Amino acid sequence: MSDAQGTDALKTLAAIEAEIGTSTSDPPEQLSWDSQLRRTVTVYVPLAIFVLVLLFPFYWMVITAIKPDDEMYDYAKYSPFWVHSPTLHNIKVLLFDTAYPHWLMITMSVAIASTILSIFASVLAAYAIARLRFRGDRNVGLLIYFAYMVPPSILFIPLASVVYQLGLYDNPVALILTYPTFLIPFCTWLLIGYFKSIPYELEECALIDGASRLQILWRITLPLAVPGLISAGIFAFTLSWNEFIYALAFIQSSENKTVPVAILTELVTGDVYQWGSLMAGSLLGSIPVALFYSFFVEYYVSSLTGAVKE
Amino acid sequence: MDATAQAASVQRLSFVRQPDSWLVRLFDYKPFLVAICMLPTAGLLLVFLTYPLGLGIWLAFTDATIGNPGEFVGLDNFISLWDDPVFWLSVFNTFVYTFVTTIIKFALGLWLALLLNHHIPFKAFIRAIVLLPFIVPTVLSAIAWWWIFSPQFSIVSYVLVDRLGWLDHYINFLGTPWAARWSLIVANVWRGIPFIAITLLAGLQTIPPSLYEAALLDGASGWQRFRRITVPLLMPILSVVLTLSVLFTFTDFQLVYAITRGGPFNSTHLMATLAFQRAIPGSQLGEGAAIAVAMIPFLVAATLVTYFGLGRRKWQQGEAND
Repeated sequence: MSDAQGTDALKTLAAIEAEIGTSTSDPPEQLSWDSQLRRTVTVYVPLAIFVLVLLFPFYWMVITAIKPDDEMYDYAKYSPFWVHSPTLHNIKVLLFDTAYPHWLMITMSVAIASTILSIFASVLAAYAIARLRFRGDRNVGLLIYFAYMVPPSILFIPLASVVYQLGLYDNPVALILTYPTFLIPFCTWLLIGYFKSIPYELEECALIDGASRLQILWRITLPLAVPGLISAGIFAFTLSWNEFIYALAFIQSSENKTVPVAILTELVTGDVYQWGSLMAGSLLGSIPVALFYSFFVEYYVSSLTGAVKE
Repeated sequence: MDATAQAASVQRLSFVRQPDSWLVRLFDYKPFLVAICMLPTAGLLLVFLTYPLGLGIWLAFTDATIGNPGEFVGLDNFISLWDDPVFWLSVFNTFVYTFVTTIIKFALGLWLALLLNHHIPFKAFIRAIVLLPFIVPTVLSAIAWWWIFSPQFSIVSYVLVDRLGWLDHYINFLGTPWAARWSLIVANVWRGIPFIAITLLAGLQTIPPSLYEAALLDGASGWQRFRRITVPLLMPILSVVLTLSVLFTFTDFQLVYAITRGGPFNSTHLMATLAFQRAIPGSQLGEGAAIAVAMIPFLVAATLVTYFGLGRRKWQQGEAND
């Protein structure tokens, strides 16, 4: 299983490159003998519907976030699909009347710290498994794969107890230490693939030249694995930014909450929901990952497909 | 003369390396290096994954609460769950939720992957926006769905009632058990399609076009090509994606917690949300842990069925079992 990892990661990359470039892996044009009309009905119309449905909740989120209250609840007078007098009121309330900027800071620091911690641990573990060839390395790789399959929803109760015993309850450090449980398996698995795709001869040359193993890792393997490091890094960041159940279970006081938890527990108060601020909060909380994503789309796709095709 | 100079310089070089050599040698000593490299990962995973996993099973047999380790109570938690209709309802919901969403997600996801595999303009861009629901924090998009499912201001009701006139009253999406279940299923399908579509698309792109050409020359219809080439060659990746999808849907928490919190009247609780409800706000860690432990056999079974059920077919196709 693990032998095929490297070649598969390469294959995935090749497939993606081919797709961006010349689309060589698509069925060639002469295969699609369909008429233009038939093609429109069977391809473009369903695709347009898919894209519309997949994007509509975001559009609805944006449009609600910038609607004034009188428009938001009066569908007879104003068409709900459009904003007639857009306002930044909801966003202003969110930024100045709630602790939202603080929650953003907490989320950001937790995500960055747990990402760095996970990447550090994963690089070393992946290097040991992929390159040092110790006895039982395959079994260790398999164990890490199983660790990835353990869902947080069966772990959070005993983890809450562990966190409490360590005196970290209601402390963001608890999140920094527990997020690696799902980040490390993913990143290690991804990096093993990248390390295996690097020719071993390069390292042998360095060994003959008298470099130590750690020098090789630092000077040769890591620079060549930069795409893998970026993939693992942005994926780890996104996963920790989006994490919910641990943050909900381990954090109690308002000032230590992360954005997803805070919106749901602090902004939802009483029976009357402030949909404008809720949508503005969701929008602002989504923007960092969406921005990140837009810069690194190809890395996302390659890590997503690479992780599945081990 | 040249040779002796070289020999001398080599000797000097090795002499220069002498002082730090015990450290260098230690770091080149493989067992030590392996141990150092595995230490951070092993440490974190043992303390925060393996130990809690075992502790969770232990807690299921105790009456622990938050801050109180509790005492061994045998099967008491399980016995009280056995007589608890809310627990059985959550089991039922979890199965319905997993089964229905998985079927719809894979049907639509495969369709979307096939559509994206055509020659279309702005393909990279479309693929990028299709993945958006997967990237955005689940809870935040769930809040958008919550707003879409609002009883008074739902945009769906507005279109169906005021614009199209197909219905005469607004739908109470989250007010009755079955409406709420279907609403959650819709939100989960929406959230899950992109992952499945993009990973299956990657699988589709590894199928050599020559196979389709050959089939076309042999007069195979579109359905035959799909059934005899696409499906079998997609099976290996399909089995992995299916396993992960079943695993994560079965243990889903965020969507339900954000949209219904198990309501109305505990009718949409999944096992994960019920476990949370009992363990954290209800502070009955033992009972919550028992619900979580009850998920494990189902999870193992689901994983084995999806993985080996489809994996065996992969072997039957004569492919390497890597």
